[in-house]
Amino acid sequence: MAEIPDITIEVSHLVKTYGALTAVNDLSFTVKRGEIVGLLGPNGAGKSTTMRILTGYLPANSGSVRICGHPVASEPEATKRHIGYMPENNPLPDDMRVSEYLWFRGRLKEMPRAKLRARIDEVLELCDLKRNRHRILGRLSKGNKQRVGIAEAILAEPAVIIMDEPTIGLDPHQIIIVRDLIASLRGRMSVIISSHILPEIEATCDRVLIINGGRIVAQGSPADLRHEIFGSTSYRVEFAGERDTLADRLKDIEPTLRVASLGDCGPDGFCVATLVTESTADLGEKLLTALPAHGYRIRSLGRTQPSLEDVFLAATRRSWDARLPDQPVNGDNRPPLPKF
Amino acid sequence: MRHYFTILSHEIRALLYSPSTYIAAVFFLGVMGFIFASILDTYSKTPQETPPAVVFFQFFWFPVLFMVPLLTMKTIADERRQGTLETLLTTPVNTAEVVLGKFTAAYLFYLLLWGSTLGFHYILQLHARDLRGLDPGPLVGGYLFIAISGLLFIGIGVFASSMTRSQPVAGIFTFVLLILAILGPRYLGDLSALSGSTLGPLKGMLEALQISTHVDDFTHGVVDTRQLFYYLTGSTLALIFSILGVEAKLLNG
Repeated sequence: MAEIPDITIEVSHLVKTYGALTAVNDLSFTVKRGEIVGLLGPNGAGKSTTMRILTGYLPANSGSVRICGHPVASEPEATKRHIGYMPENNPLPDDMRVSEYLWFRGRLKEMPRAKLRARIDEVLELCDLKRNRHRILGRLSKGNKQRVGIAEAILAEPAVIIMDEPTIGLDPHQIIIVRDLIASLRGRMSVIISSHILPEIEATCDRVLIINGGRIVAQGSPADLRHEIFGSTSYRVEFAGERDTLADRLKDIEPTLRVASLGDCGPDGFCVATLVTESTADLGEKLLTALPAHGYRIRSLGRTQPSLEDVFLAATRRSWDARLPDQPVNGDNRPPLPKF
Repeated sequence: MRHYFTILSHEIRALLYSPSTYIAAVFFLGVMGFIFASILDTYSKTPQETPPAVVFFQFFWFPVLFMVPLLTMKTIADERRQGTLETLLTTPVNTAEVVLGKFTAAYLFYLLLWGSTLGFHYILQLHARDLRGLDPGPLVGGYLFIAISGLLFIGIGVFASSMTRSQPVAGIFTFVLLILAILGPRYLGDLSALSGSTLGPLKGMLEALQISTHVDDFTHGVVDTRQLFYYLTGSTLALIFSILGVEAKLLNG
């Protein structure tokens, strides 16, 4: 196989419309070799459409996609050799056996016979399908079918693997197996997975692209996203002491630190407060030393992480607001998305 | 074209593994045997001028109308419905290879079914005391006609299947297109509006398109290149439209 460049997927200004509906609206991103990227978005956000365009199954209206340096539109066969794709719902022919199916797919992907036999054993082992190799696809359980789909995607050792909702309909145990399997590809293959199951993405992906209405509304590692969307860190502190002067004491510790909410005190005198700061430094130790010095008693202190779920909801909601006045696609005169 | 044989062998295997293939074959042989037996029955009662093989092939349209839709309706429509067309087309395979592979598999099966009717003639040969009228000429011509016209009929079926995701719709569409191809020219040619001298060439063209006269020509040993040309271009056109059909469906989602 030819040398794989450092950037395996390059998408620039991609637009796809279905009649009046714009499914993908000026999407640009790149994926590096060995990176696992999660596409996140509500239903109808354009995740599947984007993936189908990447595989060359659907043509785009404008913009370009390059897979391993080859443009998808003009060299479809060259790019398809670098892609392993598992569509949504993972369609499989019902009347074939697992090993027959993998053989057929391997031959279609131009694998030499001698190599294919060994490789099929290898992927069956990897995906824990050895016991099922002679079973008929139509009679497999959902989890096994899903693993056949993954085995098929990694069969030809492509540089890019695209999986549309790989863990949909699996039980938690199988989700962990699939997640480990995807994580084991890190560093060797670029993987794009789409999902709206957030812990899923958070656990496996190096980078997350949140898509809504066909646009990227936020991207980065889960930690970056939290900071970008919320721009603040919050602490939850349980304390007993003077409630009214707390805000002033906090200002002494860090100027941007303020009380976001203050609950009622319990019978034992302890109340729960949520503190918010724009500072990125960890203020935990400062709080623990400064507050008792002012006569506060502290029972617990914790830094609360917004979950990816909060990030997702915030990012998709703010893009929803920004989307209403529809701006021209190619001009760069869209207003910046408001901070949530 | 390197994937053509992979797809072809996959399709043949799918045909051999599916029970519907055997059901279709049993029905086909049953109906053809019934037709053949009733032809022989007529011959045993009154002497006829034409050999029985000629009459046998005149009934070609009956199995074609029912067998071809059954054979081809599944080819592309079912892959599209199941979503496996998407996985197929995201491998380094082009649409032409997919369509040609499926067409060839269906065509080979069609030939196999017709080939099995050779057994009827063999049995007749074995048991007939009077061998006059059993000359092989009409048989060779008849089977040649079946082989060549089959290209067009199966092509039409694959085309109809590429148009839709529903097997019944593909089947009915094939049935209608076949009726138009087989019976249409005959009824149009009989229209009195065409008897005027200005429309003479049109009438001549419709007569040349009549498939029932093609059968008679072939079984009487006349192989007309115009007829060969009709079937070959017709099937090529049907396949090109199938390829376009598969690709156009992708464009419009």
